[in-house]
Amino acid sequence: MSDAAICPACTTLPEGTLEKAASNGTAEIVLSLPGIHCVGCINGVEKALRAVDGVANARVNLSMKRVTVGTDQPVSPEVLIDRLEMAGFEARVLDSSLLGNQSDAYGRALMTRIAVSGFAMMNVMLLSVAVWSGAIGATQNLFHLISASIALPAIIYAAQPFFQNAWRALSVRKLNMDVPISLAILLAAGMSLFETFNDGDQAYFDAAISLTFFLLIGRYLDYRSRKAAASAAAQLSALEVPRVMRLQDGAKQMVDFAELATGDLIQVLPGGRIPVDGTVVAGRSQIDRSLLTGESRLQEAEKGADVTAGEVNMTGPLTVRAATVGAATTLRKMVSMVDQAEAVRNRYTAIADRAAAIYAPAVHLLALSAFLGWIIFTGDVRLSLNIAVAVLIITCPCALGLAVPAVSTTAAGRLFRAGLLVKDGTALERLAEVDTVVFDKTGTLTMPAAARDALDAEARSVALALTQNATHPVSQAIAASLDNARPAKLTDQQEHAGKGLSALYQGREVRLGSGAWLGAGKGTYIQIGDDPAQKIGLRSQLRDGAVELVRGWQDAGLDMHLVSGDDADETSRIADALGIANWRADTKPADKIAYIAELAGNGARVLMVGDGLNDTGALAAAYASVSPATAADASRAASDIVLLNDSLAPLIELPLVARAARARIKENFAISTIYNIIAVPIALAGFATPLIAAIAMSTSSLTVLLNALRMKGKV
Amino acid sequence: MNVLVVLIPASLLLGGLGLAAFLWSLRNDQYDDLEGDAWRILSESDDDAPPSP
Repeated sequence: MSDAAICPACTTLPEGTLEKAASNGTAEIVLSLPGIHCVGCINGVEKALRAVDGVANARVNLSMKRVTVGTDQPVSPEVLIDRLEMAGFEARVLDSSLLGNQSDAYGRALMTRIAVSGFAMMNVMLLSVAVWSGAIGATQNLFHLISASIALPAIIYAAQPFFQNAWRALSVRKLNMDVPISLAILLAAGMSLFETFNDGDQAYFDAAISLTFFLLIGRYLDYRSRKAAASAAAQLSALEVPRVMRLQDGAKQMVDFAELATGDLIQVLPGGRIPVDGTVVAGRSQIDRSLLTGESRLQEAEKGADVTAGEVNMTGPLTVRAATVGAATTLRKMVSMVDQAEAVRNRYTAIADRAAAIYAPAVHLLALSAFLGWIIFTGDVRLSLNIAVAVLIITCPCALGLAVPAVSTTAAGRLFRAGLLVKDGTALERLAEVDTVVFDKTGTLTMPAAARDALDAEARSVALALTQNATHPVSQAIAASLDNARPAKLTDQQEHAGKGLSALYQGREVRLGSGAWLGAGKGTYIQIGDDPAQKIGLRSQLRDGAVELVRGWQDAGLDMHLVSGDDADETSRIADALGIANWRADTKPADKIAYIAELAGNGARVLMVGDGLNDTGALAAAYASVSPATAADASRAASDIVLLNDSLAPLIELPLVARAARARIKENFAISTIYNIIAVPIALAGFATPLIAAIAMSTSSLTVLLNALRMKGKV
Repeated sequence: MNVLVVLIPASLLLGGLGLAAFLWSLRNDQYDDLEGDAWRILSESDDDAPPSP
C-alpha cells in the first residue's frame, strides 16, 4: 500500500510533508497494539520493529494504541506480528477503514475553526465585560465597533459548517438543528451590527461568537465518534474471487468471474477460495468451511462432493462443475442478506435527532410569537426584533448540541482504554436498550485446543513428533497442546491427504489421523503398531474471561442465548459450562438470522456477539453487535463494537457503560431544558441583556460538559 | 482613556500570536498522540533527544 492509497488527501499536501513521509519508507502498515500502556512498551515495540529487515521507521501512537510502520521493501504484516509477539506484545493488523485516515482534512478544518472562534470569543468577551461594567457613550460605541470587526469575520469563517448544513436542509424543505443555530447566529450578528451603527445599548456579538465556539466543540466531538463507520457489504464482496481458472476442452484459461456459466468446469488450487457452488468432479482434498458454517474441522472433499462458494480448498487441486454462478451463489446470497439486515438497522434514530425534530420548530414558533406579540403591544419593530433575537439566542441548543457528543465521546474513550472500539455513533444508545444476548460459540466463546490427558507418554511423544511440522490446523492444535512432551525419533514420515500422517517408530508403523482411516470411531486417533487406536480428544477451550463475562451479564439482567454451527454435544457442553440455559446447535447463517428475528419478534432487543463470516448476517440483523478483532473482516465491519483484546473480560462493563451513557444524555437534556425554562420567560418579558444571555449559555454548556465527564468514573 | 489605543491592539496581537502558535502546532501533528509524547519525554532512548554535551 502506498501513501497515496492510504490517504487521498496527501495529493493536496505541501511538498515538505510528502518528503517527510518518504523518509519513513515507501509503504505503511498500521498494527493495533491493544496491550501497550507505558514508555517501556513504546521502546520495546519500536526497537523490535526497527530490527526487522525492510522496516524504515516505526512510530507508536500510545493514545490510539497502534503503531505505524514505514517499510521500504515489501514486508508482510504477519512477519511484524510474529516479531512483536516474540517480544511479548499482542498485535494485529488493522484495516484502515476501521479507524479512518490518520490525517483527516475535515477534522483539522473543524479544529482550526474552533481555534479561530475561541480567539475571537476571548477578545470580544473582554470588550463586552467593559461594556457590561458601565462603559457608555463614545467608549461603548467604540467597543461595539471593535467587537463587530473581530466577531463578524470570525463568524463568517467559523460558522460555515452550520450555514452549509442549514442551507442543505432548507433547500429540500426540511428543518434540522442547524437551522435555528444559523438563524440565531445571523440574526444576532445582524441585529447587533444595526444597533452598533445606531448607537444602541445592546450588542450580542459575544453571544453569537461564543455560540459558534461551543457548538463547534460539540460538532467536533460528534465528528470524531462518527468517523469510524464502515460498510460491511463492501468488505464481504472483497472475498469474491475476481478471476477463476476454467477448464475447457482440456485447456486451462483464466476468465472473469462474471463470464462463468452453469456447467463450466473450474479448477481450484490448494489455498484458493472456491468461486461457485457446485460438485467436485475430479481431485481429492480437504476444505475449510469455517467461513460459512463456523465449523472449525476440515471436511473431506472428493469426487461427487458438494462445495459452496466462499469455502477454501486446503490440500489438493479440485475440479468443480459449477451448479450456480454469479448472484445465485451462497456467498452472494449472504451478501444480500447482510445488506437487507443493515437496511433494517439504519432505521434507528439517534436520541439527538429525535430531540432536534421536536426542538427546531418549537424554537422558531417561540421566537416568531415573541416578535409578533411585542409588535402588537408596543408597535416598536426594533424592540420586538431585539427580543426575538434574545429568545433565539437563549433557546439556541448550545447545551443540546453538546449533550450527546460529549457523553458518547467520554464513554467511547473509556471503553477504548478497556480495549473496545466503538465504531457506530448510535451503538451505545442501542446497547443501553439491549435485554437479550446471543453468543456464537466457536471463535467467540471458545478457542480450539487438544486435550492430551487421555494419551500415555509414548503416544504423546510420537504424536508430537508426527504433528510438529505438519500444516494441518488439527495437527497444529495437537502439537501446541503437547509442547511439554519430548518428540520421539521417527523415520519415513508421510502425509496421506484426507487421512492423516504415518511414520516408522522403532521399526513399527505409527499412524495419526481420522477414525475412519484407522478403523475406529468418529474423531482423531493415534495408533502405534498393532495396538488399539487411542483417541485424541479435540475439544474447544473456553476463551479467557468467558465465564466471568456470562456471569457479569447475567447479573446485569441480560437474557443469554448460545447459537452455534457446531454439533449438539459440543454446544451443550459449552452451554452447561457457562450456565447458559438457551442454546441451539447445527445452525446455518440463515438460521442464526431467523433465531434473532424470532427473539426480536417477541419484543427482545438482541445483542449479537460473534466472529465468523456465518455470523455476519446475524451481526447486522441484531439490534447491536460485538465481534472480536480476530473475526473475519466482514464480521468486524458489520458489528458496532470491536473487542481488541484476546480476553473477553473488557466486555463485562459494556452494558453498564452504555446504560450510564444513556442516563447522562437524558440528564443533559433535562439540564438544558431547566435552563431554558428559567431563561426563556426572562427573554420573552424583554428583560434579557447580553450579559444574561452570555451567563445562561456558558453555564448550561459547562454544566452539560461536566456531567458528561462523570462517565470517566464508576458507572 | 487614550491608553486604549495601545492596549487593545496589544491584546489582539498577543491573542493572535497564541492563535498562530496553536494552528502551527495543529498542522505539525503535535496533538496526534498526547499520551505517548507525555511518556516519551521520560524515555532515555528517545530518538529525538539532543546530543549530550
